[in-house]
Amino acid sequence: MSSIDLPSTPKPSLTRFVLPIVTGAGALFGLLTGSAMDSPSPGLVIGAVVGAALAYALVSFMPSRRAGRWAAVALFAVIGLLVGGLPGIVAGAAIGGVMGWITYWLSTGDYRNTVPIYYTAPQVLWHNTYLFICGLIFFFLIAPIVTILPLSFNAEMFFTFTPKMLALDPEGYSLRHYRDFFSNPDWQQALANSVKIAPLATLLSVSFGTLAAIGLSQEHVPFRRPIMAILISPMIVPLIISAAGMYFFYSRIGLQGTYWGVVLAHAALGIPFVIITVTATLVGFDRSLTRAAANMGADPVTTFFRIQMPLILPGVISGGLFAFITSFDEVVVVLFVGSAGQKTLPWQMFTGLREQISPTILAVAAILVAISICLLTVVEMLRRRSERLRGMSPA
Amino acid sequence: MRRMTTLLATSALAVTASATFAQEMADSMTLVSWGGAYQASQRNAYAEPYKEMHPGLEVVWDESSNEAVAKLRAMNEAGNVTWDLVDVVASDAMRLCDEGLAMEYDPDELLAPAPDGTPASEDFGDLIVSDCFIPQIVYSTTFGYRTDMVGDTPPDDICDVFDLEAYPGKRSLEKRPINNMEWALLCSGVAKEDIYDVLETEEGQNQAFAKLDTIKDQVIWWSAGADTPQLLADGEVVMGSTYNGRLFSVIEEQDQPVAMLWDAQVFDLDGWIIPAGLPADRLARVKDFVKFATDTQRLADQAAYISYGPARQSSAPLVGEHAELGIDMAPHMPTDPDNAQNTFLYNYEWWADYRDDLDAKFQAWLAKG
Amino acid sequence: MSDASTSMSDASTAGPMLAADGTPLKRSLRKALRREKMRALMLIAPLLFFILLTFIAPIADMLFRSVENQIVSNTLPRTVIALDDWDGQEEPGEKVYQALYFDLFVAAEAKEHTKLGTRLNYEETGISSLFRTTGRRSDDIGEAYQDVFEDVDPRFKEAGFWYDMMTAGGGEPDTALMSERLGTMNRLIADLASGDIGFAPAAEISALLPKTAEAYTDFAIFTALADGDVVAEEDPWEAVYAALGVDLANAETRDAVQVYEGPGADALRAAAAAADQLPAGGFKSAFLDVDEDWASQGVWETIKTYSASYTPGYFLNSVDLELSADGISPRDEDQQIYILLFKRTIFMSLTIMFSCILLGYPIAWLLANLPVRTSNLLLILVLLPFWTSLLVRTSAWKVLLQQQGVINDILVWSGIVDDANRLVMINNQFGTIVAMTHILLPFMILPLYSVMQTIPPSYLRAAKSLGATNWTAFWRVYFPQSVPGIGAGSILVFILSIGYYITPELVGGTTGTFISNRIAYHISSSLNWGLAAALGSILLAAVLILYWAYDKIVGIDNVKLG
Repeated sequence: MSSIDLPSTPKPSLTRFVLPIVTGAGALFGLLTGSAMDSPSPGLVIGAVVGAALAYALVSFMPSRRAGRWAAVALFAVIGLLVGGLPGIVAGAAIGGVMGWITYWLSTGDYRNTVPIYYTAPQVLWHNTYLFICGLIFFFLIAPIVTILPLSFNAEMFFTFTPKMLALDPEGYSLRHYRDFFSNPDWQQALANSVKIAPLATLLSVSFGTLAAIGLSQEHVPFRRPIMAILISPMIVPLIISAAGMYFFYSRIGLQGTYWGVVLAHAALGIPFVIITVTATLVGFDRSLTRAAANMGADPVTTFFRIQMPLILPGVISGGLFAFITSFDEVVVVLFVGSAGQKTLPWQMFTGLREQISPTILAVAAILVAISICLLTVVEMLRRRSERLRGMSPA
Repeated sequence: MRRMTTLLATSALAVTASATFAQEMADSMTLVSWGGAYQASQRNAYAEPYKEMHPGLEVVWDESSNEAVAKLRAMNEAGNVTWDLVDVVASDAMRLCDEGLAMEYDPDELLAPAPDGTPASEDFGDLIVSDCFIPQIVYSTTFGYRTDMVGDTPPDDICDVFDLEAYPGKRSLEKRPINNMEWALLCSGVAKEDIYDVLETEEGQNQAFAKLDTIKDQVIWWSAGADTPQLLADGEVVMGSTYNGRLFSVIEEQDQPVAMLWDAQVFDLDGWIIPAGLPADRLARVKDFVKFATDTQRLADQAAYISYGPARQSSAPLVGEHAELGIDMAPHMPTDPDNAQNTFLYNYEWWADYRDDLDAKFQAWLAKG
Repeated sequence: MSDASTSMSDASTAGPMLAADGTPLKRSLRKALRREKMRALMLIAPLLFFILLTFIAPIADMLFRSVENQIVSNTLPRTVIALDDWDGQEEPGEKVYQALYFDLFVAAEAKEHTKLGTRLNYEETGISSLFRTTGRRSDDIGEAYQDVFEDVDPRFKEAGFWYDMMTAGGGEPDTALMSERLGTMNRLIADLASGDIGFAPAAEISALLPKTAEAYTDFAIFTALADGDVVAEEDPWEAVYAALGVDLANAETRDAVQVYEGPGADALRAAAAAADQLPAGGFKSAFLDVDEDWASQGVWETIKTYSASYTPGYFLNSVDLELSADGISPRDEDQQIYILLFKRTIFMSLTIMFSCILLGYPIAWLLANLPVRTSNLLLILVLLPFWTSLLVRTSAWKVLLQQQGVINDILVWSGIVDDANRLVMINNQFGTIVAMTHILLPFMILPLYSVMQTIPPSYLRAAKSLGATNWTAFWRVYFPQSVPGIGAGSILVFILSIGYYITPELVGGTTGTFISNRIAYHISSSLNWGLAAALGSILLAAVLILYWAYDKIVGIDNVKLG
């Protein structure tokens, strides 16, 4: 956020612009707090008065943005403590943060920062509404994951926020579900199975997939489209159909309920991801490089490993990651094709959801989310590396 | 060359050694059960003690009892049965026995006699409802309700489930016709002994559906045993049907404000079947385990972990206190005289014949909701 | 790299252009091209083979199951043939009941009759129990004959006596009969062992007593191969006595027995003399005694209609029709659900698709128009749910949406909703739509984003500088260029959602479930695998059409991930 006011932006009026909006926001929060305490009208009035006072005070007496916002947070935290005890502090601090931010956002003219200078007031309003809507959609995307995390520290055996948790009572929280995950043989066995199945499936799909992707990216490939359609089909065919088909067919040939059955099934499901990512990398691949290598006397194998492979490696790795996560997160096919000996983590989670009351799955979920974030970072870094590498190669 | 011969001799020896060992008993065993508290009780009461007696034995659990018939059929088709012992309800056992997927056995040869020498066939009595079925427990499907959501007059009659005025709120019922149809008829005025005769007719079935229609939009349908306990604990439903052992663990172990409605509880049996066509070594291991796991003491021990009645008459007097809570288990058994004032006996034969027909109608009825 | 790439030979010489090795350049080039094609195919071949084996073959196998129906003709081979002559007007004649008896007896011994009963029960309710009860009592019917013969001559009780009689003391064997019965048995029992049976019917006796020889051969095959016992030491089935009764009911056979000289001839003559003591009324009345449903036209019509090895029956069932004797007719009203479920699946998938467009478009637009650094950061917010376990997200929605869940708690707390009237947002269509929109939203945003990235922002500015309003500029200039992205995302989301299983299963209740839940139900609960396969095939066809459209519109090569 730039703190330099553009000369052409007039400073918004305090009484005609900032004050009414902040008062409105205060009234809204007041109404919510009031109705939570069964007295909506007084809440509305008190909220409006506090909001107006805050806006006036901050704009007039607190030119330092940082200090002003902390002051707002502190003020509302105290109000929260008076009204609702310990959880009130948290809620109050949050409301204070929002109020402080709104006040400065409006009063310094920051709200016009993201739009061109010639925008009219309704256009600015529309743009900010649009940003607000986008914020809500992002919230929709993230909210379920955020909800899961605190619940995984639940001290109870059920999936709900207990009153103790809401009151921020330390007794309402515990690490028991994490302990259960690390000590329960069922979960450990499931984890071990997942770790045994996913890498092998990934290896299969990556090695077959990369080879085929290189073949597909040649200039003259007969039946390219139908072949591509067949290779991508495991991603497109509904899982339940793949699972049913594999269940029947693997039963017939004796693969149902075996380790190799699950590995093969998962490898098949992962292949489209490898094909897609590797062919995408190969699209930008400069063929003159391999010709140059051949020209200098390198045989095809050397050319592949010394020239082609390093350049398409990011694509191969991210395809491999997709294939890995496909196997690691797959539940429908393994439910049908596997048997007890191949019970994977998702299977155990599915059982946890259906057969027994076990919030351990929330702890597992939290761990998996953490792993996902790590993997995501890896993919992002690989992508940047790939772009850098390709930028270096003569296009 | 000499080295080669030695190598061959050693490996031949190893092969014979493992072969002789294999002929005795396999060193791993896959048990199939229902998961949750029930499987835990089996694990604690007999799988763990048995493992202690036989170190080196690997026991794998599979929570697939729900799909046991389908999976056994698929395994049989492939000629590759990976399960050694499967826990199923009596009706599934009959079905598996009919299709030749389960092994027929002789109770007095396979199962241990009672401590006083009563042969197993008498000790289990008529609970051996099929030639393949090795009974373990008597359980009941019954209702639990939230004590804090039913006002001052807690429900004491099965028909309170259908009474939306007195007990508003959602109920959870199992997503299948069995039990629900009987309860619906019972509450639409059919006498208990006529239920199955009435249900056999088209009008009777419509009568049952009509009764269920009155609460249809207030029902959450469950398909896994853990659903109703979870729904009750969350306060999502006022009352719901499930297995009595699941309710016991919600009430006593999880300490939730839930109580039992024992009226018109439906008794059912659960037990083991041995899949047909096991190789000799695995069969020997399973037979050894089953003999141990179904003896009088073991079945009584199981009741220390879950409130299901042991299937042996000789086990009943040995039922003691809960393993962790230390409360007396007898009053929590479905067979306790106080709880069993009005019970309902699940008619296996009838459902074996009508299950497919009614299932199709029931599912169609559900989908049209 | 190839010989064609070397320099051209003398261009000035007349005739075809030659490569360095003297072959015409055209041919040389063609050869090089062919080699390149071969090399590409060689690279692809392992994967193609792998996918064909692990993925395409299972799907093909499933498609096959949706029409496969050999169970009827395998289990009741004789009955199916006997029914060929039945005109379907009245109850079939004694011949059919007789064939049914011998078929059913063997099937009951092999425990295959309940499978057939279950199969036919899908078409006509009640057949399952009919087969079950009849199978249980199939012994009784034969016992009536057995008692008569054993009264006539006690040697009929002996296993060895029967064995000697049927082998005619080691006479010329009837290999044709043996191999025919063995073939039938192998079709009936899938995993029948192979090996020495230790018995072969004598040609002499099979000419004299054809039915008896046939029944005894069945008994011998079953005893030796399925039970692993010695034929000569086992008492024959009741069905063998019944077969003897059938044979001796024939006057010509009775005459032939009088001159027969083989082992047991005297006992046979005595039995022939007692032919009038055999149960009157034959097999038909015996079956009607067991269950009067055997007189029902419907049962016999069903068996006849479904006696073909392949049937469209499952496909008809999956669109609420059924195959009956008079052709195709709609199913009973109270069993029609599949059309409803298909419609619901399509409706919900469309709703999910539109919600995804609605929510995904603004986000993709924002991402495409922000500076790269910011947009990459925000992209992580999109990708994080994409990479989070499906089960985790589904259970999170359970926690959020249920009546005592987070959203309802907040609404009640803030006074918007009364505590007594908490919103029902789960176990119905709403729950499925919300959860699946969330789960599939990244699949909409990512293709949209990659298309929007390629739209130059200057177009929009140009439009505005030419006097277009914001709305016009967006609607007439920007939006049309983003349509390919919408198309790609929509088809992807739609394809994925119509095949969804886990999420509707966990949050869908009864009204929010898809056709795939029904498929899973038929596979694991009702065990009607043929119907599951037929439903799956229809679903698969729908998906393939969309896949084809996707390929036409977007091109499979242009699918992008992250």
